[in-house]
Amino acid sequence: MIREPVLRVSNLSKRFGGVNAVYDLSFDLYEGETLGIIGPNGSGKSTLINLITGFVRPDSGRVIFRGKDITGMAPDKIVTQGIARSFQLVRPFYNMPVFKNLVIPLFSPRVRKSKGGKYGDRGEVAIHLLEEVGFERDSNVPYKTAGTLPHGYMKRLELARCLSLDPDLIILDELFSGMSMSEIASILPLLEKINKEEGKTLVMVEHRLKELFRVVGRVIVLNFGAKIAEGAPAEVMEVEEVRKAYLGSEVEAGA
Amino acid sequence: MEFMSVIVFGLVNSTILALTAMGFSLTFGLSGVANFAHGGLYLFSGYVSWMLLNYLGLPFALATLLAVVVAALAGALIYRLVIMPVRGIVLSEVIATFAVGVAILELFRWLGFVTYEFNLKPFIKGSVEIAGVAVDYQRIIIIGIGMLMAAVLWYFTHKTRIGLALRGMSQDEYTALSVGIESDWAATLSLALGGVLAAVAALAILPLGIISINIGYEVLLIALAVTVLGGLESTAGLVAGAFVLGYSMTLTSTLLGPQWMEVVYLVAIVLVLAVKPSGLLGRSKELEERV
Amino acid sequence: MDRGIKVRSEDIFAISSMREIMYLALPRAAVIAVLLAFPLLKDLLGHYWQNVMLMTCTIALLALSWDLLASVGLVSLGQAFFFGVGAYMAGFLSRSLEMTPLFTIPLATVAGAVVCTLVLFPVLRLRGIYFGLITFAIPLLMMRMIEATKILGGTEGMSGLPPLPDITIELYLVITAVLVCVFGFKRLMDTDYGLVLQAIKDNDRSVLASGINIQWHKTQAVFIAAIPGTFAGAFLTHHYQFVGMPAFALEYSILPLTSVIIGGPGTFAGAMLGAFILVPLSELLRAFGTLRVVIYCAFLLIFAVGLPEGVFRFIRRKYHQFERVVPMEEAKA
Repeated sequence: MIREPVLRVSNLSKRFGGVNAVYDLSFDLYEGETLGIIGPNGSGKSTLINLITGFVRPDSGRVIFRGKDITGMAPDKIVTQGIARSFQLVRPFYNMPVFKNLVIPLFSPRVRKSKGGKYGDRGEVAIHLLEEVGFERDSNVPYKTAGTLPHGYMKRLELARCLSLDPDLIILDELFSGMSMSEIASILPLLEKINKEEGKTLVMVEHRLKELFRVVGRVIVLNFGAKIAEGAPAEVMEVEEVRKAYLGSEVEAGA
Repeated sequence: MEFMSVIVFGLVNSTILALTAMGFSLTFGLSGVANFAHGGLYLFSGYVSWMLLNYLGLPFALATLLAVVVAALAGALIYRLVIMPVRGIVLSEVIATFAVGVAILELFRWLGFVTYEFNLKPFIKGSVEIAGVAVDYQRIIIIGIGMLMAAVLWYFTHKTRIGLALRGMSQDEYTALSVGIESDWAATLSLALGGVLAAVAALAILPLGIISINIGYEVLLIALAVTVLGGLESTAGLVAGAFVLGYSMTLTSTLLGPQWMEVVYLVAIVLVLAVKPSGLLGRSKELEERV
Repeated sequence: MDRGIKVRSEDIFAISSMREIMYLALPRAAVIAVLLAFPLLKDLLGHYWQNVMLMTCTIALLALSWDLLASVGLVSLGQAFFFGVGAYMAGFLSRSLEMTPLFTIPLATVAGAVVCTLVLFPVLRLRGIYFGLITFAIPLLMMRMIEATKILGGTEGMSGLPPLPDITIELYLVITAVLVCVFGFKRLMDTDYGLVLQAIKDNDRSVLASGINIQWHKTQAVFIAAIPGTFAGAFLTHHYQFVGMPAFALEYSILPLTSVIIGGPGTFAGAMLGAFILVPLSELLRAFGTLRVVIYCAFLLIFAVGLPEGVFRFIRRKYHQFERVVPMEEAKA
């Protein structure tokens, strides 16, 4: 039986001021898969995410999600379809208490629709979600202003925002950047749980290859906006072109 | 001859618009401050010149020069006293400068500067016929001044060291710091230069009629319309915006009657912002990232 | 501790004794009582101050409308637009329907708000100064359009419109409207929906990524904010029995803005307080003629530059400090 891909990206291209940010990129993503997207700085990883999630409109190409063409759809509509994303540069609602940050996504049409009209006490659901991503149980951290959180917690908050939307596909843009080794270690089992137990498809853009390769089953390597390699993590790093692209620019390339 | 008069007066009107908006545009381009006191400064310099001429009896050249200097000082003072404490909070900048502008205008209204005696004399009286259309010398002088100022402005922002540095600064503060320019000083200068340009425009254009308070409000709106239309930072955009607006106003006035002239620039503001907020020539601030 | 309680505890911890209930409720109750008692004092105050009260409430409504718009990050420099649309809508409706004002005012309020929302819809994606610019231009444009096209009575306006029954009813109408808006808007902002509106102002990128349609929420906010504005316009039209171009005058943009800046934005109570300071004051200054406008501007400058938190936050802070002193004195006793 041939599986239908959850996400199909075909011939996607985007130019910024004469430079190809993403060029003629195609790939398929299957239900329950974990996909890593790597590449040197400026290779178009973030643009690719922005293109898929509607934050940037592509010049050409298609993005099909669950059989539906979502190319050029507004970002919030894409969320409603079931794709949640995090941002590389976290920007929570600084002036709100942490848990109220999650009330916003819980108020979205997607969540309200799936939970059937009224959603009960959103604050309480928010607290649960925060615990799930590793906020200490019964501490006062969720009630503090989001702007006062340490960086690692802001990243967790981003992850919690994605989870709160109950998406089918989660795209994480450099979740690990700025996190300490121990923080990453504590978040890895969670990612595994999201993927294995809850069956969510995961795409991760990362620089921290060693940690990434513990999560993902398949990797796509970008350079100058084009795909230069695809396959299992170990295989991909053997490809000559990938080694060349990474030579000197990445410390952790030798996973 | 109707046609020729549209061509000629369109040119005159366009130059007037460009000249009127120049100070506002320069200040915005150099420091990012939208100086809503522009209309106030414009009228202020007109009245200063009038007072110097009529109360002190100074010679014309001296009064003009002094009026320009006073306007520059006023601009600098506005920055130092009003804008600096709220620098960076765009809304507060707008409210503060708007308040200053309205205060200047209404103060003159209260002082009774509203009658027919308040007018500046044309530099040279008389008129000349161009292509069958009678044009007075003052309007021709305005065209000259307008072209001169546009050229000076372009040269200043594109060729002089300081102009380039200031422009660089509006893009990126660190670059400017590395050429040794302090942000507040640069902004003060940009407001002062805006004041100079407002004064030059006022002294050239006001002799066409009497000085009235409402001109101050109109000047602000025209400055906004021209800069919005041309995109908020380039000299070329400013000139293009002024010409588009100048000719549409002249044409509208000829076809529908003068009461429609103000409608034109107000519609221009609304339409441009609704349809293409970056302006006619504005480069792609087209919400590339749709946030 | 139960988490649910903890979540809510921020709101309920103070209400643990009668005294604390009083402490929280007294300022609100006092304001409501004074306002509701005002129309009853008509013999004491006379016609003049009743009219001042009407004007104060009108400006307060426009200021509240401004504050609600600002809470989604839309800064209006043209509240006169809402006011004028409401005013003309009331004039037009009562001319064409020949109905009592008690019917045309609500109708004009809603219809006016719809018109305002439709007009502003295309520019809602503009932010900061650009939205301000457009709202600044629109009322002026309306004036020029009416002047040039001579529609809706042209420069003459429409006069001889039906009046409201009497001044006491008028006063109760606007005072109730102000109170409903102050407390209603505050309550609205405390709901999850209000939280979303504030989030849009804060950081729209994350709101989009949360699957929320910003444009649609802004549209709703504009509609809600337009209602007090159009109501104020419709109301004054029937009060004066006249509507004309001054309905779009700069005054109806500057006074509400100044009120909010004086009272402090973001609290609604501040907007109302600002109007209650500014409008009576400007009545007292009527002898100064157009110098009044200069004085408004001075106020705007002083508060925008010097005391950006506004009077209301200042007073509230002092009130809370005062409360902390009380138990100490009791302890001594």
